[in-house]
Amino acid sequence: MASHGVVLLNSWVSMFGMRVMIALKEKGVEYEYREENLTDKSQLLLEMNPIHKKIPVLIHNGKPVCESLIIVQYIDEVWNEKYPLLPSDPYQRAQARFWADYVDQKLYGALRKVLFTKGEEQEEAKEFVDVLKVLEGALGEMPYFGGEKFGYVDIALVTFYCWFYAYETLGGLNIEAECPKLIAWAKRCMERESVSKSLADPHKVYDFAVGLRKKFGVD
Amino acid sequence: MAEELILLNIWASPFGMRVRIALAEKGVDGYETREENLQNMSPLLLQMNPVHKKIPVLIHNGRPVCESLIIVQYIDEVWKRGSPLLPSDPYRRAHARFWADYVDKKLYSLGKLIWLTTGEAAAKEELIGCFKLLEGELGDKTYFGGDSFGFVDVSLISFYRWFNVFEHFGNFSMVVECPKLVAWAHRCAERESVSKCLPNEQEFFDFVVELRKKAMTK
Repeated sequence: MASHGVVLLNSWVSMFGMRVMIALKEKGVEYEYREENLTDKSQLLLEMNPIHKKIPVLIHNGKPVCESLIIVQYIDEVWNEKYPLLPSDPYQRAQARFWADYVDQKLYGALRKVLFTKGEEQEEAKEFVDVLKVLEGALGEMPYFGGEKFGYVDIALVTFYCWFYAYETLGGLNIEAECPKLIAWAKRCMERESVSKSLADPHKVYDFAVGLRKKFGVD
Repeated sequence: MAEELILLNIWASPFGMRVRIALAEKGVDGYETREENLQNMSPLLLQMNPVHKKIPVLIHNGRPVCESLIIVQYIDEVWKRGSPLLPSDPYRRAHARFWADYVDKKLYSLGKLIWLTTGEAAAKEELIGCFKLLEGELGDKTYFGGDSFGFVDVSLISFYRWFNVFEHFGNFSMVVECPKLVAWAHRCAERESVSKCLPNEQEFFDFVVELRKKAMTK
């Protein structure tokens, strides 16, 4: 089997699933992709992630790995002969884990608040931009969060880039005006095939977000 | 080079306790602990953790490491003495990270619903469910790590003093609901690294009662 026993359960619009796709592509790992319908989850998903019942799930030789950042670290450790995603120095690794964790703790919640709740969008929009500004500060003058090389934190964050268009249009904001260096970094990442092939089309993401808003009765 | 190690902590914090246990497991005891007051944070804390302004922070030769599970992994990678806290096999490592993450995602926030409110039945059921799931994962092993005390054990045993807080305010018995987990906890508490890091039981309980009073009068 061409996929060498690697299966990814995902939902095309998930920025968490995209992280796994980028990591697999960076390592040149072939895999089978299975699109999940989150309103009608497959038996396989429920069996492989009974605790959280969420995507992404990486199934490697029949065994599941769950939670996107845990999956990315797993991929880095298994396919370790080429292109390390995490630094080798323990302190640099701790820093990388810190910033990826920061994205998880702060960005997703802030994005959800603006896109999928009614009222006070301006407040939440500011929170989202504040988080991006902190990240922009951490990037500094480096080409990537990993320094000279694209790595773990870049993967953790860049997948949110395809959601920016939806966010800007629905939240009434211009992210490039607020965080130009971060947008420059995102475009730099998009020049990598692993990223451009893994990120969803921003206009399709926007349509999806509009649909979800209607469903939640936000619009 | 003389190593400089400072831990910014709060005596009652389960997150800080994880760091102390990990350092003790590695036989690292020549470090300074500074007690922080979250209502009046030290300039050092604000400088070393400007992003979250939280403890614990481990400052190693002047450089800060933040977030308890990240600190524990850092300790495991820097100090090689003793048994590693994370397994060497990538799948088992991912498995350990998953369960430590589960403790982080569920226990603290669910627990808060118990001791900060007045008897929410749904929250209590969910918390017990969470403990039962962890008990299922433990199975018949000595530790979550198998034969050796490891990453998930450190992540969870740090909540040990919270068990009787949950029992008291949630009105249930841990030993009735999850006896194997309680046995595991006692086993862990017998380890020197854990016993010397556990806060005094009564002192801790009184501390939580005070916190609860303050929160509920707001």
